[in-house]
Amino acid sequence: MKPYLFIFCLLPLTTWAADPEIPLAIRNHQFEPVEVRVPAGQKVKLIVHNQDTTPEEFESHELNREKVIAAGTKANIYIGPLKPGRYPFFGEFHEKTARGVVIAE
Amino acid sequence: MLGSAIIVFREALEAALIIGIIGAATRAIPTRKPWILCGIGVGILGSLIVASLTGRIAEMAEGVGQELFNAGILGLAALMLAWHNIRMARHGAQMAREAKQLGQDVASGNREMSALALVVALAILREGSETALFLYGLVTGGEESPVAVMGGGAIGLAFGALAGYGLYAGFLRIPIGQFFSATSGLVLLLAAAMASQMARVLAQADLLPSLANPLWDSSWLLDNASLAGRFLHTLVGYEAMPSGIQAVFYLATIVLIFAGMRLARVRQPIALPPR
Repeated sequence: MKPYLFIFCLLPLTTWAADPEIPLAIRNHQFEPVEVRVPAGQKVKLIVHNQDTTPEEFESHELNREKVIAAGTKANIYIGPLKPGRYPFFGEFHEKTARGVVIAE
Repeated sequence: MLGSAIIVFREALEAALIIGIIGAATRAIPTRKPWILCGIGVGILGSLIVASLTGRIAEMAEGVGQELFNAGILGLAALMLAWHNIRMARHGAQMAREAKQLGQDVASGNREMSALALVVALAILREGSETALFLYGLVTGGEESPVAVMGGGAIGLAFGALAGYGLYAGFLRIPIGQFFSATSGLVLLLAAAMASQMARVLAQADLLPSLANPLWDSSWLLDNASLAGRFLHTLVGYEAMPSGIQAVFYLATIVLIFAGMRLARVRQPIALPPR
């Protein structure tokens, strides 16, 4: 019984701190804002709203993330905890214009 | 036109490489062709359905529907590959002895192929639905004419298929003595690669912790965006910046399948009386 209790005591430490939510929009195949500042060392929830009439795929090799976002919908993407630094991301379906960077600090 | 060719090539490449491996691994089964073609057909049809439902799938399960769906596809495909390898470990020695006889065992070949045709369908479903969405977006967005989009797509698809065929043809040149260990080794790593991707999408949906993130950074050596990086990503699960949970899933899959193959091999004399 005791080991279980010990684990339950630890749970609040990991789950209670609500993850910061960062909104992000896709408009005319561009990200807004282009630079996203997030706290380092913490899990962060990106909420990406695709306001275009075409689908987009949020992708980042540095963040190790990839998600299709249908036209006019919002997608939640959890990233991190990140070390301080720059993490570029792009829209795979419009790679030339849809570019942005997450800055963890 | 070039844009659609490049994206379709990228997506088709992954599916084509997987089909190439499966085609080679099942060379001894006479009914493999209709099964693989059937898998391709089901995969393409499924892609169109999934693409049209993308918005709805994404909204399911409180916004993590897409991740759960992809994790399910990857997990099922990895499971089928594991089953194939464990089965081959049991039959491998026997197959080498009486390759002809086992090759003509239609019922056994069909069981085998139904699982692998499912892997083909799932691989196409995953890449194909994204491709369909992308092409649809290009056409409806009016950025390019439908003819240019489809032409580019056809070129990309052709090059992707060519790469898959190249892998297949290369495999067939391996001498028969080493062939089974070569294909089962690659199928093992392919299953581990899928398990690692499954861990990534579940971490993206916050259903699993990332653990160390990234565990290492080898993008200076081989970037995942490069062609070689993509190749190795599909075939053996290479990641330039993996999270810790991916490594855990990758290694656990290898250990589990390997243990299953060893167990199947040990039991062989009891499980399979001579025909």
